Amino acid sequence: MIGFAILLVYIAIFAGSFLAVRFLVRKTTRDFTALKTVTFGDESAVSANRIASVVSVVTIFLIWGSFTGSAWVPGFLHAPGPFVGDTSFSYTSEAPDGRRDDATVFVRVVGFGEPTEKFEVDPGAGFAHDDAVSMPASRSSTILFDKNDEITRKDGAHIIAIDGKPIMPGGELRTDAGRFVLTEKGAISFSPPAGLQMEPIWLPPPERVVERVVEIASEGYRGSTLWQHLGYSLFRVIAGFFFGALLGIPLGYAMGLSDWFRGWFEPIVEFMRPVPPLALIPLVIIWFGIGETGKIILLFLASLWIMAISARAGVSGVNISKVHAAYSLGASKSQIMRHVIMPNSLPEIFTGARVAMGVCWGTVVAAELVAASEGAGMMIMVASKFQLTDIVLMGIILIGVIGFGIDILMRKAENFLVPWKGRS
Amino acid sequence: MSGLSIENVSMRFDLPNGTSVQALKDVSLHLNEGELMSVLGPSGCGKTTLLNIIAGFLAPTEGEIVLNHHKVVGPNAERGMVFQQGALFEWMDVRDNVSFGPRMKRQKEAEWGEYVDHLLAVTGLAEFKDKAIYELSGGMQQRVALARCLANDPDVILMDEPLGALDALTREKMQGLVLKLWKETGKTIILITHSVEEAVLLGERLVVMAPRPGRIHKEYRLPFADMGVGADLREVKHANGYAETREEILEMIWDMEEEIMGRTEAQQ
Repeated sequence: MIGFAILLVYIAIFAGSFLAVRFLVRKTTRDFTALKTVTFGDESAVSANRIASVVSVVTIFLIWGSFTGSAWVPGFLHAPGPFVGDTSFSYTSEAPDGRRDDATVFVRVVGFGEPTEKFEVDPGAGFAHDDAVSMPASRSSTILFDKNDEITRKDGAHIIAIDGKPIMPGGELRTDAGRFVLTEKGAISFSPPAGLQMEPIWLPPPERVVERVVEIASEGYRGSTLWQHLGYSLFRVIAGFFFGALLGIPLGYAMGLSDWFRGWFEPIVEFMRPVPPLALIPLVIIWFGIGETGKIILLFLASLWIMAISARAGVSGVNISKVHAAYSLGASKSQIMRHVIMPNSLPEIFTGARVAMGVCWGTVVAAELVAASEGAGMMIMVASKFQLTDIVLMGIILIGVIGFGIDILMRKAENFLVPWKGRS
Repeated sequence: MSGLSIENVSMRFDLPNGTSVQALKDVSLHLNEGELMSVLGPSGCGKTTLLNIIAGFLAPTEGEIVLNHHKVVGPNAERGMVFQQGALFEWMDVRDNVSFGPRMKRQKEAEWGEYVDHLLAVTGLAEFKDKAIYELSGGMQQRVALARCLANDPDVILMDEPLGALDALTREKMQGLVLKLWKETGKTIILITHSVEEAVLLGERLVVMAPRPGRIHKEYRLPFADMGVGADLREVKHANGYAETREEILEMIWDMEEEIMGRTEAQQ
């Protein structure tokens, strides 16, 4: 229900902002693309619309805020919240001898995270007495209406109507107060209107996540500060990738240059490549435990095959004319290796390194989810066990930001170190 | 006999299906020092195979290549090669590309610096010497390839359609440059080309090869290369006999192509 509402709102904002931007913002660029008369089907004419990117990000936060009742989003944009406050309904009980009596149940619904409070009401006249119930918002509560009645269900009394509307055991009834279900045993299950907002336990509002970041950055979580958790994860990735590249690149070169090496390692590499690193976690834990060694070895294995394959592709991608030219210019084998094959394979190796860093980052988080005493993955795993959804969200966002940052850094390094990539 | 001798070279490739292709059969040629020979022929006549054998990238199944009394057994710096495209090192700037040969011999810059700068000047690359290869146009890249080959001071320069990928205007300019460098350096040059016009214009000697098996069909001695040194190549094209020679060779190759087509059709 909530998911459907969110989807509708999202589609509406997508379409609405598209039309609004279409009509309000005139294209001011006078570049070559602006002069093209045919752009549909011309991929080069499509560049990301930055207004759309901004609106997209804002929309996500807006929906997040509005469906969690965030203080950052003005109240009129909030999705309808759950009913909070006092409400009441009446029920009609029928005794075995056919007498009927009405009584009222006063319900006090408290907001998310607030404690329920007991309160008293006057029991009123008749054999059915008025009840006082306190319950949390957005939940259903089974109300044992007859606990204080003179003729209880044990004595044979049963409910025949709620708010004057007839109801049978197993039946369901909706009134302005909310939804009623009469259980098979005759008790009332009452759900006040839940609204469309998410409970913080499912999705906390954005400000709660930010508060958590500040709190964990200064006070730490599970004995380590936020930076230590992230630092551990990063350190493992860098160490694992470093060793993977250190062994994988020479291995790839050897496979690209020698038939014996290729024949020897090809079955191993081709077999290990499709094995997801996550599938190795149990074995790595059995062999090396849950400490740093095991994690670094796991990441080493995750990056090794990728780096070996990319280095081999770099060697086989060398234009044979370059090698021939170098030979006829008098270069020796080692000079060809150093001055032709190695630089020529750099673009491929960088592509592999970017993939490997991405895989390593994903794998380290997964490995920490399974077992670790520090790290970004451990943080969100432990938090999830205590249903601290705000920490889980914070962890996911930081993991995403760092993964994105790693890729940007790798691309910058690539542009700096292999400027000829894709241009020869 | 000094110079380059191609002695009874045959080349047969065995195919995996058990048949074999006679790429070259009994090819013999001798080039004196300083001669420029262009090689023409329809596709599949073994021109490039012959060049690769001379360069030492392929070993012939019969016969041998002798350069200045030494049998050729593999590539080395005596025989420089200029490729059609893609043989430059993108990770080095222009000057590093040109000085690659001397640097690989571990010579000091004092030994080669002056000559490399001279070559850069002659090829019109002086102001581009610090540029990256991918910043240059196709014509400039081929000038780098020429200069790189010359900087290594080889005895023989083998050119495998070096101007094939250039546009017509650039190609004409480059043809003039090839002639100029040939006269200036006195190198022995073998030039493989698809263009009859280019072969007639640049070849002091011209060899027409025929396919299946690859062999020498006819050889010419032409005056146009000498006429063209330092002159306007367009003028040379109007010289006596140029058009006739070009037409004669064109017809010869055309007939060979026809014959190949006919044979292929007959097979089908």
